[in-house]
Amino acid sequence: MIYIQLFWEFFKTGLFAIGGGLATIPFLQEMSEKTGWFTLETLADMIAVSESTPGPIGVNMASYVGFLLKGIPGTVVATIGLIFPSLVIIVIISKILEKFRDNKYVNYAFYGLRAASVALITNALLEVIKIALLNITQWEASGLISDLFNYKSIILAVVIYLCNWKFKGHPIIYLAIGAAVGIIFGL
Amino acid sequence: MKLCIQLFITFAKIGAVTFGGGYAMLPMLERELVEKYHWVTSEDLADYFAIGQCTPGIIAVNTATFVGYKLKKNAGAVFATVGVVFPSMVIIAIIAAFISNFAEYEIVKHAFAGIRVSVCVLIFTSVLKLLKGAVVDKTTLIIYLAILAFAIFTSIPVAALVIVSGVIGIVASKVKEGSAK
Repeated sequence: MIYIQLFWEFFKTGLFAIGGGLATIPFLQEMSEKTGWFTLETLADMIAVSESTPGPIGVNMASYVGFLLKGIPGTVVATIGLIFPSLVIIVIISKILEKFRDNKYVNYAFYGLRAASVALITNALLEVIKIALLNITQWEASGLISDLFNYKSIILAVVIYLCNWKFKGHPIIYLAIGAAVGIIFGL
Repeated sequence: MKLCIQLFITFAKIGAVTFGGGYAMLPMLERELVEKYHWVTSEDLADYFAIGQCTPGIIAVNTATFVGYKLKKNAGAVFATVGVVFPSMVIIAIIAAFISNFAEYEIVKHAFAGIRVSVCVLIFTSVLKLLKGAVVDKTTLIIYLAILAFAIFTSIPVAALVIVSGVIGIVASKVKEGSAK
């Protein structure tokens, strides 16, 4: 029964991939070798597609593999398989937190956790900056510091920052502006 | 039921514009959940992200489950979680069915180079906001800088970093409590 197998394989991925979409990649590599549902090349393509479509890579991959095997029902089964374990675990954690929310020690822990959480988000921000605003490979090849910066992107970033600071506005507006400028100026 | 549907729609909206992983959804979460609906606070979001780092699953999905549960218990959790993955399912199914080599198109590449720049700026603004709530004194500043350095320069699993900082939070608060007496 292919549906049960689909659900089970993505259930395992969802259960063991801890911390973010990229953590699912090693599990997907293993799944490729074990089941033959998709090749490693497909996986590489999917990572590229995931970078250019909304949504976490794990979810995109589950949807894609599900669709390849069984069309729309396959998509639904694989995706639900992937998110099911975390849904259950987070609901359990929420129930526990609800009980202990006023506990002194839980609040003390969060006092430290919150700072760590923002540090990890800052680290993710740095990764995005590297990809979006810098040309690391070009710089490594030429050794010229002037090659390191992607000037068009940096100018766009400054303009978007100033607009966001002055006019606020919904994040979607700025994503649309980014896409339009990217296409018009060939970023 | 109305709130459940609102949760589904809000998270579907967030899921539809989350390009590049869970952190990229932070600006949208801030805007929709904190500023627009006042469902959670910025501090809550930082807490959810911290827990999401050391539990299985994808941060975007975990955050949706947390917020959904907070508002409407189990039903809310399901509606918000399915909402956040719904757009990906639809978009990927369309791409799988109709467009091969989607990521190879020049226009797609340029558009996403631009979107990445916007994502960068939006996350930067979110980080500034979160810092205000999370880094409130010398202890938290040290935790922030130390964890950032570890994350950049070492390959220690993030779950370990998060757990250690929780323990430091408890110990530091306990010490302060002791010296206040």
